[in-house]
Amino acid sequence: MALSISTRQLDGVTILDLSGRITLGEGSVQLRDAIRDLISKGEKHILLNLGDVNYIDSSGLGELVSAFTTAKNQNADVKLLNLTKKVKDVLQVTKLYTVFDIYDDEAHAISSFK
Amino acid sequence: MTGPQTGRLSFKLASTMDSVAEVEAAAEKLTQAAGLDEDESFRVVMAAREAAVNAVLHGNGYDPNKKISASFENNGKSLVITIADEGEGLDPAKIPDPLAPENLLRGTGRGIFLIRSFLDEVHFRQLNPGTELTLVKHLTPVGSNDVSQDTDTK
Repeated sequence: MALSISTRQLDGVTILDLSGRITLGEGSVQLRDAIRDLISKGEKHILLNLGDVNYIDSSGLGELVSAFTTAKNQNADVKLLNLTKKVKDVLQVTKLYTVFDIYDDEAHAISSFK
Repeated sequence: MTGPQTGRLSFKLASTMDSVAEVEAAAEKLTQAAGLDEDESFRVVMAAREAAVNAVLHGNGYDPNKKISASFENNGKSLVITIADEGEGLDPAKIPDPLAPENLLRGTGRGIFLIRSFLDEVHFRQLNPGTELTLVKHLTPVGSNDVSQDTDTK
């Protein structure tokens, strides 16, 4: 299943609800394009809801890292919400769990940007 | 696969992302037939996928004249997956540690690390040309298996 992305705004935070796989090819490219589009529009608070992402590969991890560093370079923040067990497993093994701000609760995540 | 317990399947594939999907599907069948739980299956399948991506992308560079070879075996004690490319070769000693602070925010370089993290044994063998990765997941306690390979364990 390819990646689908829907965007919503809440309290000054842009939330991307991701569903599917973030893998080499389509999923990674879609995520990259979405993040670049938001940052080019000046969005500073970006929350990636990964609650329906059931698979991520090393390329997808690379895109998350690139999103994080691209945002930081533009004084923006990319944070993660609702990791599935598999995604959490991969982030922990690669120590990226320590890099990102990660939340299980959307309201808490949104308030963290303030 | 010749049966749910033991058997070996091997094939040659084009250097395409469709082949990566085929490897992933074959690995999933192998782990399911062996009765691995969901978490273990995920790790083995992901490792097989990463190995296939390496072979197609980094090894063969999507070259339509180069193939990848894949085999999937349940020998009763271990699941053994081999993925080989026809590329210029890979020196595992030269792969940077993705956990090193200076590499942690790099966008690439985690594939081999994930393979090594998720499998019980990973072996590299230089071919002429190409590289063969052998991925081993023990079905029995470590120390009681007799799978022997060529070079370089993790």
